[in-house]
Amino acid sequence: MKAAVCVFPGSNCDHDCYHVLKHVMGLDTEFVWHRERDLSRFDIIVVPGGFTYGDYLRTGAMAKLSPIMEGITEEAKKGKPVIGICNGFQILIEGGLLPGALIANRSLKFICSYVYLRTETSNTPFTAGIEKGRVLKIPIAHYQGNYFAHPDLLKELNDNDQVVFRYCSPEGEVTDEANPNGSLENIAGVCNRERNVVGMMPHPERCAERELGSVDGRLLFESVVNYVAG
Amino acid sequence: MREEVKITPELIREHNLTDEEYERILQILGREPTLTELGIFSVMWSEHCSYKSSKVHLKKFPTKGPYVIQGPGENAGVIDIGHGLAAVFKMESHNHPSFIEPYQGAATGVGGILRDVFTMGARPIALLDSLRFGNPSEPRTRFLVDGVVAGIAGYGNCIGIPTVGGEVYFEDCYNGNILVNVFTVGIARKERIFKGVAEGVGNPVIYVGAKTGRDGIHGATMASEEFDEESEEKRPTVQVGDPFMEKLLLEACLELMKRDVIVGIQDMGAAGLTSSSFEMAGRAGNGIELDLDRVPLREEGMTPYEIMLSESQERMLLVAKKGREDEVIEVFKKWDLDAVVVGRVTDDGYVRVRQGGKVVAELPVAPLTTDAPVYDRPWKRPADQDELQKLDLSSVPVPEDLGEVWKRLLGSLEVCDRSWIYRQYDHMIRTNTVVLPGSDSAVLRVKGTPLGLAISVDCNPRYCYLDPRLGAQIAVAESARNVAVAGAKPLAITDCLNFGNPEKPEVMWQFKEAVEGMAHACSVLETPVVSGNVSFYNETMGKGIYPTPTVAMVGVISDYLNAVTQYFKGEGHFIYLAGPDPSGEDLGGSLYLKEIHGMVRGIPPSLDLAFEKKLHKFLVEGAKRFYFSSAHDVSEGGIAVALAECCFTDEGPVCGFRVSLPWKGREDALLFGETQGRVIITVTSEREDDFLKFSEEMGIPVRKIGITGGNELHIEGLASLSLQEGYEIWKRAFREKLGL
Repeated sequence: MKAAVCVFPGSNCDHDCYHVLKHVMGLDTEFVWHRERDLSRFDIIVVPGGFTYGDYLRTGAMAKLSPIMEGITEEAKKGKPVIGICNGFQILIEGGLLPGALIANRSLKFICSYVYLRTETSNTPFTAGIEKGRVLKIPIAHYQGNYFAHPDLLKELNDNDQVVFRYCSPEGEVTDEANPNGSLENIAGVCNRERNVVGMMPHPERCAERELGSVDGRLLFESVVNYVAG
Repeated sequence: MREEVKITPELIREHNLTDEEYERILQILGREPTLTELGIFSVMWSEHCSYKSSKVHLKKFPTKGPYVIQGPGENAGVIDIGHGLAAVFKMESHNHPSFIEPYQGAATGVGGILRDVFTMGARPIALLDSLRFGNPSEPRTRFLVDGVVAGIAGYGNCIGIPTVGGEVYFEDCYNGNILVNVFTVGIARKERIFKGVAEGVGNPVIYVGAKTGRDGIHGATMASEEFDEESEEKRPTVQVGDPFMEKLLLEACLELMKRDVIVGIQDMGAAGLTSSSFEMAGRAGNGIELDLDRVPLREEGMTPYEIMLSESQERMLLVAKKGREDEVIEVFKKWDLDAVVVGRVTDDGYVRVRQGGKVVAELPVAPLTTDAPVYDRPWKRPADQDELQKLDLSSVPVPEDLGEVWKRLLGSLEVCDRSWIYRQYDHMIRTNTVVLPGSDSAVLRVKGTPLGLAISVDCNPRYCYLDPRLGAQIAVAESARNVAVAGAKPLAITDCLNFGNPEKPEVMWQFKEAVEGMAHACSVLETPVVSGNVSFYNETMGKGIYPTPTVAMVGVISDYLNAVTQYFKGEGHFIYLAGPDPSGEDLGGSLYLKEIHGMVRGIPPSLDLAFEKKLHKFLVEGAKRFYFSSAHDVSEGGIAVALAECCFTDEGPVCGFRVSLPWKGREDALLFGETQGRVIITVTSEREDDFLKFSEEMGIPVRKIGITGGNELHIEGLASLSLQEGYEIWKRAFREKLGL
């Protein structure tokens, strides 16, 4: 089983994702530079966090023009599991692989903190092993993670079970107090219609080892490995 | 080589050179300098670059040790941490620019220190910052706090290096001169350390990174002057940072360093192309020829003066092996960066600069580097120092309601929760942060090994004001203690020495005393100084800051899974105080005196360095044997505040405690006195016997004072308050006091 960690100029969670895939999950993992177009040799594709192109124009707006986006789109069409984390989520949205938009946090500050997420669906490769309703403790670290969508789109996402995670209290209640950034309906992660492409602002790769304070993030990687292994 | 500018006395003064210094230039050259040459002398002989007032004292620092690979004099210090790895670290100030333009000043401070570390071949793994601001009720303070924190966050988060800890103080003396000291540590393979040397005559000199613009010209000179009414006009001397560019530069440099191509490399920091070329040539005893026509420029029509003095950020100068230029260019091209051969190494000991085929500067290297002016400036103990140290405790009434005092201290800016700051920093990226911000020191794992690095930055400026020698010793001892309570052996320090105008004998006395105090403490604790920085002229309208010699200690834990934090781990753990008994009157320089009685005076708390050394060994060894469920240094606010801090985590209160303090003396001094060398330790009942036996063996006095648990912070017969109330005061104070 082969995993790709896509590296754009300014990606900075690439090493963290690589570490978890390679050393924690034991997968055959490669960094793939953004100028490559062919990702067909991979079974799992990770678009990591960071500040691609400095986030200077708009998060993900430049990265979506990189050649590697062709490869990601191609493999996503084939149904392979693709996950965008933080800036990776922003890139997949800009690239049209995921719905919605991400705007500045309502506090207008960067926020780095552990938060709680309620798993809203087990019906994606990355949550197949996590029962619906389970609360995960996973950190966020972003300035523009405030999920926004038009009311029609929001309805569609809910109707199609495309909301993967919502920010919640430690007990699993979805409240405004538990919403760190102002996301609509506390949305922390979504998937595409076909369900194989997932984007999320929280960082599962930062909590996949006991010494880092939580191992909940590991559940996502275990899920996708089991999914691919069939 | 004549430029059509006459060197006038006004021009010399504008360049911050004295008449004697100009006379010396004439002697060195045997002719008048060109304008470009005058500019080069001005920056290289500035206090910032030459250390001319501090050099004679800095020699007193112990800089050697069995594990020191590189001491002061390079871009950063290097120590051997085992497993074939080295820790590369340095701290640097960016005080003057941060006051003028807080966001960019702080951001470029981060960028500069990161380059100092990765230029040596190390991948930076963590940042810490030590900040000093003025009175929180001054409107500008809020603007500065907001801007500095956002600047550090903006740069560090984007480049993807976690900011894992730091410290912040607020004192009126910083109203006109804030301090922004940034520390970085990186990890390198110990046989792959790169230095800033221009070796190998004929080797190409290559410029890499961002293009050169007109920004930051004379930044180093600005940092070598006091502020006055016109300082606001100096905004254009502050550089603008581009963390994305630096991220590319970082990756490109580390990628290139894997190949055997680089001979020497140095960041273009203060004084840009000038300092990097002169210093690299100087260290190798060689010369360099530069062709300015090849330097990548951001705008047209730049003069040689501007190009040589620009402090545009995110640039490096490297010397490569002859014939391997294309490999360098290829790697940088992959990262969309300029890499241009701008000159070559020569053997004549001169830096020769050409533009349009004409020589525009031709200067011998040594007089600008190793043989630059050195001043042994006169020093004098301030006339009011004795008065400051007088503290008549009989005139300080013991407050009736000590619980109320306790609350005020928990809600003071020195004690309260700082998550407003560190939540804006990505402190988890790179997934090494095993102890998150909030505990005594930050702990990072070193991937691929069981090792952990513990880091703490410390300096109590009130202590240093009242007694610079003792205050500086305490800064070293406290930073070592903070590292040791986490279970790490303190190894070496880097420092930022922030002082006023060195031309004033009283300031020079403070500096001399602080350096000697640090040197002594470092000798006793066997923690050499491996790098550092001096920032003088932190004065506005003739008023200087408290002497602030900030210390950053790096320690190593042999297994990071053994790291100890300050937080209580649950109910029913026994609470011990390790270290000397409270004297019952040790209140000089305390937070309590400042906050409750409005006094900054007396002699700072007593410190026994020989005992400290024993204590650190006890803490490190005890952590290894899992004797402690928590350990916390007693510092500002004394035992009462330290106990409360053990109950509070970022995510909420753990539990309360009941203790009794079985000592005699003034009640306020028992609770809030800051006697050094003390640690609050908790022990489970299963480990208690072993712990006591161990303490005795190690010769460390420990006294059982109580037990964890309940919803109350309770000190028998003295003070009591509810856990929730204490927590909320502590949690809310920062934002409330600063109106953020």
